[in-house]
Amino acid sequence: MEQNKINLTIDNIPVSVEKGTTILDAAKACGIEIPTLCHLNLKGTCVNNRPASCRMCVVEVAGRRNLAPACATTVMEGMEVRTSSMRVINARKTILELILSNHPHDCLTCGKSGNCELQDLARKLNVKEVPYDGGEVSCYAVDKTVSIVRDMNKCILCRRCETMCNEYQSVGAIGSMNRGFDTTVAPAFGKNLADTDCTYCGQCVAVCPVGALTEVDNTSRLLKDLADPEKIVVVQTAPAVRAALGEEFGYPAGTSVTGKMVAALRQLGFKYVFDTDFAADLTIMEEGSELLGRLGAYLEGDKSVKLPILTSCCPAWVNFFEHQFPDMLNYPSTARSPQQMFGSIAKTYWAEKIGAPREKIVVVSIMPCLAKKFECERDEFKTNGNPDVDYSLSTRELASLIKEANIDFKALQDADFDAPLGESTGAAVIFGATGGVMEAALRTAYELYTGKTLAKVDFTAVRGFEGVREASVNLNGTTVKVAVAYGLANARRLMEDIKAGRSEYHAIEVMACPGGCIGGGGQPLHHGDFDIVKARSKALYGEDAAKPVRKSHENPYIQKLYEEYLGKPLSEKAHALLHTHYFAK
Amino acid sequence: MENNKISCEALAKVKAICSAHNNDAGELINILHETQNTLGYLPHEVQSLVAECLGVPATRVNGVVSFYAFFTEKPKGKHPISVCLGTACYVRGSEKVLDEVKKVLGIEVGETTPDGRFSLDCLRCVGACGLAPVMTIDGKVYGNVDPKNVKKILESDEYKD
Repeated sequence: MEQNKINLTIDNIPVSVEKGTTILDAAKACGIEIPTLCHLNLKGTCVNNRPASCRMCVVEVAGRRNLAPACATTVMEGMEVRTSSMRVINARKTILELILSNHPHDCLTCGKSGNCELQDLARKLNVKEVPYDGGEVSCYAVDKTVSIVRDMNKCILCRRCETMCNEYQSVGAIGSMNRGFDTTVAPAFGKNLADTDCTYCGQCVAVCPVGALTEVDNTSRLLKDLADPEKIVVVQTAPAVRAALGEEFGYPAGTSVTGKMVAALRQLGFKYVFDTDFAADLTIMEEGSELLGRLGAYLEGDKSVKLPILTSCCPAWVNFFEHQFPDMLNYPSTARSPQQMFGSIAKTYWAEKIGAPREKIVVVSIMPCLAKKFECERDEFKTNGNPDVDYSLSTRELASLIKEANIDFKALQDADFDAPLGESTGAAVIFGATGGVMEAALRTAYELYTGKTLAKVDFTAVRGFEGVREASVNLNGTTVKVAVAYGLANARRLMEDIKAGRSEYHAIEVMACPGGCIGGGGQPLHHGDFDIVKARSKALYGEDAAKPVRKSHENPYIQKLYEEYLGKPLSEKAHALLHTHYFAK
Repeated sequence: MENNKISCEALAKVKAICSAHNNDAGELINILHETQNTLGYLPHEVQSLVAECLGVPATRVNGVVSFYAFFTEKPKGKHPISVCLGTACYVRGSEKVLDEVKKVLGIEVGETTPDGRFSLDCLRCVGACGLAPVMTIDGKVYGNVDPKNVKKILESDEYKD
């Protein structure tokens, strides 16, 4: 153990760290934060972007002629590191000034203002002027999709987005193109992002240190709708939003702010504040029944049944398998995502209940996700051109809207969701974390299949932050094997196993983003600190544990919906309103 | 536009090159070299096919092709022209030669004339500095080029077709 330790000094502080540690991490261990820009290490995932290309983290190492990049230099015995000598400070400042010399100076109106790592560094390093002019100012057209906006004029070539898209998601919609001054991160062949295999997961946006990658902003559209007295504007909020929104208002990561979020939404002017969690319970009813249906048929000897069944809640994952596995579209569950189930029920069942035509109702969703914006636009989720969910805002957009409306978030009294589409169980709230959908499905599937009551509703084996996890459940003597994955590169491996006939699973849950929706592309920025994302999961599991009802099939409002309207899970009406089909792309 | 011109035969050749390299993504640069030697250039359709054969995203292939100056996405002319911009040629006025070629042909560096006869590139030194400024057409070296003679050279019978 001890011989694996390396002893060195950083700014004269003696440190002892594991062999192989970078200077950056060793410094962090003794409380010294070395500034970084291109570096991104989501510890515990495969994401470790350290091209050492920005040189912001340079440090002085005694006996070494050149300054060393702390992110990519490993510690050595007896090393003497200086992280803030005159030479280091001057070098960092020059580097930053050079980056700024080729960066637009429109900070005041930039979507990233106040949340920009480049802006922060300029302030931190006390940059007051940019002494370098000239050079080439790149001029790229802004590329706008329904989810993501790319403005490569602002790109600083850190390549974090490229790492997320290629290594973490294995999509490769964007990559480095050209060289020298012409270098840019872009789709192949000068295409627009909308013409690529982009899944709109938004992880490129989540890690972009500057304003080069941002989401499509729907806040003005929403304000306009809220001001229209002719419209009934209702909102649904995804589970992961409540676990992260507080961070934008100074709460520590992992604080659940459900009550304040509901109060803020009401104050913004929404007539009804509903919960996507209601639809998550509904998803479990449909998807769980589908799982049991396929499993039952399989056990009775029907070998044509497609197993494993794959979850279909994550819109980036749906885009992924439509593009990458077009010949395997009969594996995923046909159940729509909770967002779309909500929209469908709101504009039929609930519209009838309040006696309003669907055209008058505007369904807005608050999502931790950017792919949800794309999902709203899918033609199959429209009736006569009217979308089930009109549009979606990210958690970040909601936070900026609350600030814009001058709402004192911290001072708000907790409020409750409206009935009936605001009532949910503990099973629904954990949908926002990796493993949560599977756990919710298992709680219901177990009880429906065995007729027994679960002694313990927690399926802890599917929880956690391993990229792929597996568990077995005994259903009346039948062992059901399930797997949970986050990250589309992990999902790809599972899909290839299925294709090759190597998969032993009966059901697989996939979420595209790190840690599930809590690490979604629309969430408050974690700036590379994956512990923030992990903390959010505690908020969700905490809410689950505190709920009086923790199994979807026991949600009384869901039971009522089936009694009054849908009949039973997988009924003809349920199929028409709550299921979908997939398209090879 | 030129993408439509890729024949099935050419695409089959590309596939053969990829499989000769075991469709190994690590062989990408070698595959692109051979493909360009065979087809003369690397149009988008061919890059996409290489990506498909190697099981990598098209961005990876396009990234490599757009990075290295050697690779070209446009077909070269029947008679590729290279003007030397090495130090010796440059001080002896090769830039004026280059300007004259551009003017006569109406194309920029890296482009091909619409009739497909000529394409224009620059290079750094062909090892004939004694003859500076130097220009090559089809590999044939023209030394001591006077910008005034460029038009005559380009209109010579050798390059008529």
